[in-house]
Order: sequence, then C-alpha cells, then structure tokens
Amino acid sequence: MQVQQDFPEVTFHPDHSGGTKKIWRIFWVLSVLTIVELGLGYFLYAKGTSLGDFTILSTKIVIGVLTLAKAYYIVSVFMHLGDEIRNFIMTIIVPLVLFVWFIIAFLADGNSWKNLRNTDAGSRTNKVETEIKVPAQH
Amino acid sequence: MGATTIPAGTKWWSGGKSPFNVNYGKVMMWYFLMSDAFTFGAFLISYGTIRFSVNHWADPNQVFNSFPFAGHANLPLAFVSLMTFILIFSSVTMVLAVHEGHQMNRKGVEKYMILTIIGGLAFLGCQAWEWTHLLTGEHVAMLADGTLDVIPTTVKMNPWGVALSQEELMAALKNTPHDKLMAIANTMHHGAEHTAHQVSDSQLIEQIAASGIHATKTGPIAFGGYFFGITGFHGFHVFSGVVINIVMYIKTKLGHFDQRGHYEMIEKAGLYWHFVDLVWVFVFLCFHLV
Repeated sequence: MQVQQDFPEVTFHPDHSGGTKKIWRIFWVLSVLTIVELGLGYFLYAKGTSLGDFTILSTKIVIGVLTLAKAYYIVSVFMHLGDEIRNFIMTIIVPLVLFVWFIIAFLADGNSWKNLRNTDAGSRTNKVETEIKVPAQH
Repeated sequence: MGATTIPAGTKWWSGGKSPFNVNYGKVMMWYFLMSDAFTFGAFLISYGTIRFSVNHWADPNQVFNSFPFAGHANLPLAFVSLMTFILIFSSVTMVLAVHEGHQMNRKGVEKYMILTIIGGLAFLGCQAWEWTHLLTGEHVAMLADGTLDVIPTTVKMNPWGVALSQEELMAALKNTPHDKLMAIANTMHHGAEHTAHQVSDSQLIEQIAASGIHATKTGPIAFGGYFFGITGFHGFHVFSGVVINIVMYIKTKLGHFDQRGHYEMIEKAGLYWHFVDLVWVFVFLCFHLV
C-alpha cells in the first residue's frame, strides 16, 4: 500500500482496491427501503382512522425497523465502520445501546402522563376527546 | 494486511500505538459523532415524550402536504421524500469522493466533492422553502378565548389541532370580531379583498359558513418548537457540513492532499456528512412518517 505511510501507529489498512459496485448497490438498497417506508406512510394516510390501533402501531413499528436498517447500511458501508476492527466498533455501538432504554422509559413516561391527566390521576374514568378526522386544508 | 510484524508482549495501550488501528483524528471524529448522536437522540426522545403525553398531535400528512409550484394540491410526504432522496444521493457522491481519494485520483475527488456540495445546498434550499411555507401559512383556528383567527405554524402557534364541529364553528364565528372575520373571508377569496365597511358581521358569518371552511382548535404549542428546533439544529449541521466540504474541495484543488500523500481529511469530512444524512433518516421518521 502506497498510501498513509505517515501514520506509523496504523499497522494495516482495509483493502480499498475494490470498485464502486458495492456503493451503488447500497444506494439502491437505501432507495428501495425509503420507497417501502413511503408506501407504508401512504397506506396509513389513505386508510386513516378506519385502521385499528394495533394495525397503526405495528405499521409504525415496521417503518421504524426499516429506518434502523437504513441506519445500519449508512454506518456500516458509507461510513466504513464495518471495515474497522471489532473493538473499535464496540466502543461506538455499546454506548448507543442506552437508547433502547431511553426510548422505552421516556415514551412510557409520556404515555403515563397522558393517562394521569385524562383521569385526574385515576380519580375518574378516561374521557378522551373524540378525534375528528380533519380534511386536508391550507 | 499484516505488513508489519508485531513483537510479542507489545503494550498496546501504553502510547505510541493505535490499539484500534485507526489514527487519532478519525477516532475522535467517531466519538464526536457518537456524542452528537446523543444530542439528537435526546431531542427526538423529548419530542416523542411530549407527543405521547397529549391526546392529539399534528397529523404529518396534513402539515407536510405541499410542493413548490404545485399550488394547493394535496401531496402528502412528496416534498420531504424529495429532500430525503437529495440527501441519500449526496451521501453516495460523498462516499464516491472518499473512494477516489483512496485511489489518489484528485480529479475524481474534485468532481464528487462538487456534486456533494450541490446536494447539500439543494437540501438547504428545500428546507428554507418548507420553513417559509409553514411560517407564512394561513390556517383558520379557534384560539383559547373561543374566537377564530388566521394563524401560521410558528414556535408560538400551532393550528394543527382537532377539527371543529359545525356547531363549535358557528359558536366561534359569533365570538369572532369583525376584523378577524374579514381576514378569514379574505383567505378564502384570494384576489377579491373586502373592505371593512362593505359587509356586516352576519353576512360574513353566513359567507364563511357556506364556504365549507375547515377550522380547527389550536394544537399543542410544543409542535412548532420541536419541529423548528430539531430540523433547525439538523439544518445547521447540513450548513456546517457544506462549509467543511467546500474547504475540503479547495484543499483538494490546491493539491494539499497529494502533497500529504493521502486523502484522509476527505474521509473525516465524509464521516460528518454521512452522519448528517443518518440524522435526517431519523428526523424524517419522527416528524414526517409516523
């Protein structure tokens, strides 16, 4: 390797001699994932409130999982983190695992706050305003 | 690989060596990006918490349904999808620039850096349009005092609440002062502006009610703050990324990296740029898709 000779502490380099085929393949993967997400987004929009809560929630979870897949491809291929050595990858990824708990804890907290307010902290039955579907407007 | 033989008993963590086999600048860029991910994550989780804590939140398909030059056509998600594709594509041109850098091909790096800068500027232009559209929007909403007004989406006003029923609308119209009724009537008849003395309140109310107007209650005030705060913080990252890319382009053009013998600065700028794309993927998820 003729490059990066002036970093003596770096003892080997990932092989960069490959072509751009992989980059374009990942571009198409990201585009298709985005289009699927948009398809699901339009599905939620078109069906509106006729869908049950469970269907809406599971569709949103699927969109979230597809987003995580996009994040994986960007970080691993475009940012070349997949080419680094395992211990380095772990110092980045392990702290980010805290997000799993942050998200669960805070969203549950928000939900609990809503329930407490709707029921005056449990002193009456829940009477949520009935939602009326608003037609698109400007 | 394995170009250098490493003696047995080497103390990897006592300095002078790279235990992760990555040089200092790149390691620090990664740790900066990790801390930035926590900042964005905290913002988005805070937004999620508030959104989960209220009974009604703005429906993104209504808020983000316009497209430049498409007038009042209802095109949910279309414009933000375009923004998403612009950013994905500029991420591809960035990784191609890094690739050309590995090959020590200066012309190739220059070409792809220019394309990446153009992509970044296009994204910023789209965001400017989106913000202007929301900040200058005209929506008829019922304020807390029970009167109607024409309001935009700002950090202090959110017109994206629950729709008013016909009875609620009629009651609110009766409370609304004359000048506000004029303003509402004027949003429905662009071009044919009324003057204050021509029509009485009851005529205006009749006219507004007959037009099949869509009026809403105001929504949670936090919507604008979160939207403009988070997309603004992201937009500022895009802006600084464009500035960094321009500096990298100039340094490439001046041959600095050829003199240095490697294009690692392009890789570091690339890491930052991909991170900006990565954050947008999540902003797009939280504000526009779900």
